[in-house]
Amino acid sequence: MSVASPTNPLYRSRRRFNLVLLAASAATLAFGLFWLAWILGTLLLEGGGALVRATLYYQMTPPPGADGGLANAIVGSLIMVTVGTLAGTPVGILAGTYLAEYGRGSWFANATRFLNDVLLSAPSIVIGLFVYSVYVAKVKHFSGLAGSFALALLVIPVVVRTTDDMLKLVPGSLREAAAALGCPTWKMVVSVTYRAARTGILTGILLAVARISGETAPLLFTALNNQFWSTALDRPMANLPVVIFQFAMSPYEDWQRLAWGGAALITLAVLALNIVARSLFRKSA
Amino acid sequence: MTNATTMNPSGRPRGIAPAPWKDTAFEWLTRAFALVVFSLLAAIVISLVLGSQLTLEKYGFAFIWSADWDPVQGNFGALVPIYGTVATSLIAMLIGVPVSFGIALFLTELSPAWLKRPLGTAIELLAGIPSIIYGMWGLFVFVPIFQSYLQPWIIDGLSGVPLAGALFEGPPIGIGMFTAGLILSIMVIPFITAVMRDVFELVPPMLKESAYGLGATTWEVVWQVVLPYTRVGVIGGIMLGLGRALGETMAVTFVIGNAHRLAVSLMAPGNSIASALANEFTEAVGDLYFSALIELGLILFLITTVVLALSKLLLMRMARAEGTRT
Repeated sequence: MSVASPTNPLYRSRRRFNLVLLAASAATLAFGLFWLAWILGTLLLEGGGALVRATLYYQMTPPPGADGGLANAIVGSLIMVTVGTLAGTPVGILAGTYLAEYGRGSWFANATRFLNDVLLSAPSIVIGLFVYSVYVAKVKHFSGLAGSFALALLVIPVVVRTTDDMLKLVPGSLREAAAALGCPTWKMVVSVTYRAARTGILTGILLAVARISGETAPLLFTALNNQFWSTALDRPMANLPVVIFQFAMSPYEDWQRLAWGGAALITLAVLALNIVARSLFRKSA
Repeated sequence: MTNATTMNPSGRPRGIAPAPWKDTAFEWLTRAFALVVFSLLAAIVISLVLGSQLTLEKYGFAFIWSADWDPVQGNFGALVPIYGTVATSLIAMLIGVPVSFGIALFLTELSPAWLKRPLGTAIELLAGIPSIIYGMWGLFVFVPIFQSYLQPWIIDGLSGVPLAGALFEGPPIGIGMFTAGLILSIMVIPFITAVMRDVFELVPPMLKESAYGLGATTWEVVWQVVLPYTRVGVIGGIMLGLGRALGETMAVTFVIGNAHRLAVSLMAPGNSIASALANEFTEAVGDLYFSALIELGLILFLITTVVLALSKLLLMRMARAEGTRT
């Protein structure tokens, strides 16, 4: 009788054990997908109604018990995310360029890469606390600028990481070809390697935007909130995540309904950004 | 033409505009920004230390193990939020790690090729959902269902167990540390799964095929070949998830209950460092109160930095070992 024959009891029990565990593995996947479906389903169910009402997009956040929209919060979020991205991206790209183009193998570059990876997953609420200590506490008022600053600090590590990774993927022969044509190093970086790594870096920026769009914790102590329309960067600025937090925790039904609308809006935007970034990257790869 | 190839004294071919200052300038520009990134972590620690000077001087290390938190009397201790942070994160790991392992196993070994990408993307989308959404959904949708169906059943079944029973005692109120840990576990699944998938893909096919050739079942290959080979990387991934769970703010704030009370039972409301900050920071009055909250932030930052640094070191070791083999 061969060892692997279906009648060998040891072989059969191993097969059975294998089947049970593989079924468990499939079950864990179902477990993960179950939560995703439940959360997204809830958002569409609870927030879908608010999402299709036009007032959500042009009315201001209302006082308790009144009807309104989220226009000031949407605009405030857009402003802060834009300013934060514009401020953080160049820093990230240049620092990433150093890591990939100049500092290869140096201890400084390796240490920076390591610290950057730690920052990448550092708790965002501590970033808010940091901005509060170095900026808000000094000027003594909350502001949209402080919020943008906190978001920029969250953008930097993401962009550093992707720039570094993407520039390293650019083949050395491209650089050598540019150098052989007499191209100075800076020009080689700007017009050859940046160009070759363009889509990858753009993916990183989109992922960074997606990440900061939903961030609430760092905005709590920096931008705070504003019930009224304000686009002044040196004033407290309304923003979707903090409005959602405040309205969801309130006992008023109108506010809670608006919070669900905002939650659905922000999630759809963030997931869409994620998917666009991914498909962009896949096309280039 | 001969001009272009004759060298001038500086070693540069003639006829090419020398641009050394631009090169130097660009290199130093990038180096300066790298220095910004390099010093950011230290800057955060220094600013938090300066901000928490009052409590650092007043309480010293006693701050860490004092369970007192009385803003009115001006007594502060970090034990309750530290306990809450650690307990919720451990629950998240207990649930999240086996689930992530199962998902990574399914996606690398079992899934048909055409399903890999959509299923993988779906799991990664879990990481894309903003944490405030998890919190809101947890409080309004999950908590009521958990409270009326699942929790009474858990309390009835487990509170009688000797020793461990104390962890499950108390009235079923829905919110609390167990709920926070459960929601955290969903949030860390995509991070741990992603790392596990990456390191599982690193296993040389030859090793796996040898095991299959000897008659091993899929599970035996995974448990006795893939896992030992990737152990370091898997632990790195788990640490990454732990780092994420420790610092998570909004999701926990919604469901943990925000009670400054030391409770053994996981079914009781508690507090975590991050949610204490989110709830109390803008309402804090008095320098001592602020200082205590900033010191909480400092403690959180130090804990997560150590965990994340460890995770990074392990993953680097994995990558280096891989580099020497190929």
